[in-house]
Amino acid sequence: MLYADTVESEVLVHKPLFIASVFVVVLSICFMVNLTGTTMGELMRPVIGDPLESGLYGRFAIAFVIAMIFCLNIALIGFAHLKVQIAIVWAELLLLFLAFFAVFNLSLPFILQNLPFLITQGVVTTLYISAISLVFASTIGIIAAIAKLSSNGFAYGIATFYTSFFRGLPLLMQIYLIYLGLPQLGIIMNAVPSGILALSLCVGAYMTEIFRAGIQSIDRGQWEASRSLGFGFGLTMRKIIMPQALPVIIPPMGNTFIGMLKDSSLVSVLGVWELTFLARTLGQATFHHMEMLVAAAIIYWILSVCLELIQSKIERYFARSKVR
Amino acid sequence: MTVDSIHQVERGRQSSLKAPLDGLLPGSSPDRKSSSRRQAKLNDRVIEARNVSKWYGGFRALTDVSLTVRKGERVVICGPSGSGKSTLIRCFNRLEAHQEGEITVNGIRLHGKMRDLAAVRKNVGMVFQHFNLFPHMTVLMNCMAAPMWIKGVPETEAKRLALKFLERVRIPEQANKYPGQLSGGQQQRVAIARSLCMEPAVMLFDEPTSSLDPEMVSEVLETMTSLARDGMTMVCVTHEMGFARSVADRVIFMDAGLIVEVGAPNDFFTNPQHPRTKLFLSQILKH
Repeated sequence: MLYADTVESEVLVHKPLFIASVFVVVLSICFMVNLTGTTMGELMRPVIGDPLESGLYGRFAIAFVIAMIFCLNIALIGFAHLKVQIAIVWAELLLLFLAFFAVFNLSLPFILQNLPFLITQGVVTTLYISAISLVFASTIGIIAAIAKLSSNGFAYGIATFYTSFFRGLPLLMQIYLIYLGLPQLGIIMNAVPSGILALSLCVGAYMTEIFRAGIQSIDRGQWEASRSLGFGFGLTMRKIIMPQALPVIIPPMGNTFIGMLKDSSLVSVLGVWELTFLARTLGQATFHHMEMLVAAAIIYWILSVCLELIQSKIERYFARSKVR
Repeated sequence: MTVDSIHQVERGRQSSLKAPLDGLLPGSSPDRKSSSRRQAKLNDRVIEARNVSKWYGGFRALTDVSLTVRKGERVVICGPSGSGKSTLIRCFNRLEAHQEGEITVNGIRLHGKMRDLAAVRKNVGMVFQHFNLFPHMTVLMNCMAAPMWIKGVPETEAKRLALKFLERVRIPEQANKYPGQLSGGQQQRVAIARSLCMEPAVMLFDEPTSSLDPEMVSEVLETMTSLARDGMTMVCVTHEMGFARSVADRVIFMDAGLIVEVGAPNDFFTNPQHPRTKLFLSQILKH
């Protein structure tokens, strides 16, 4: 949260001018987009007659109603407490999305029928590929970061080349290179190890930069104090620098891991039975594309939310020494 | 008073080293290290710097500085900013590397090898201008860390030690707080306690009161004075002239990387010899 000022500000959504301008903006947008053919038009049938026949009057009426509802909504939310506000906004946005999916006329029985397999096979594969890559990527990241900060030309050279190469190539290319290129050298790897290797190397390169920034953000005085007490490099790094760097590192790290979770879908090109691959193949056979894609999308989202929660938990843990 | 034990050698002008130092010269004995250890014990020399020079790139920060600190001695180093006084004491535990001359601490000659360095740093406490406490650890843990991790002291013993020294600097009640919750003066006293927990042979103070509010300066100085009274060997870089006058055995004035003048506090303040010293003292004592 931003460091709040002590000024008592007026609630923005209760300013007449603000509400009026929001009203105008929403009204004009809804008026420009012809909404007469949508569910909203159907709902307005008692007032405007046949929506498709209602012409400009119908369009205006629909836009007006939507703008009214929207403004009333934000004005009312303005009265609630912060936590309630957040909950309401989340609930409303979620409802809108559900409504959006409802339009697709998805076959729920088909989803339910395939969901168990999607989870036991797809999610499990996605999760273990991501988890293993996560461990490898962090290890690579921390080692490469130290190499990049070292005065050893050899280590520095390797580390900079590595980050440059693996950040510079599309992940899809890396996956192909490792799966199809390494056999040329006589190293034949299965699809899953190839995928894990590609993900680890790619994400490791990003992690390197995150760790480097984190380590560099620590005051030089911490190194000096540790040294003056006789701590060696390893001890200083483990007990003094990393614990202080982690709070800085965690947010971008969470970001990268959520990204990686989703990027693991690229491994599907190798035919690994992970979430995306299964969603596609299960849907294709029966022309239920949307069902499976939506189900997979929601599963990815849930997994990401879990990661977000873990991240905020860790952040809270590290904030304990920031008490005043 | 051991004024004769320090030698300020201005380059090319004079070079006088007294006989007792000869035993410490590198190569003067086949078994250099053990002989120098014995010598150090014999002579009670905790820090021995001979003709130390240091460059930052092309800039010469220290020029042929020689200084001996004996056990139980309190030495105050003062001088204008940029005169190399901080650099000098940071060389004593090799936070900075000197390029010429030699520094012997507790009988161990300082060089780039980690093992000897660890042995030296274990015995040299340092207090910094900006405290440099570990913000992610409680005050107690700040004090327990080094004994536990470096000396392998068991936890209960380390805790007892930490509490003892926190009491010594009169803040045992803050033991379970984090450094961020303490005032500057309290933080600096914790920093002193943290160093004391290693039971060092010598304490180095690098402008310990320079970033403190005036009100908190005295509490830190009191702590340092009481340390001095208990016979701790101390080298302090400070601008607190009152402290220098009352506590120091010797005051050293540095300018432009050279030791310009050395004297007992009384002589130093009442009858400075060098014109640069006179100017400096007139500047800082004006207020």
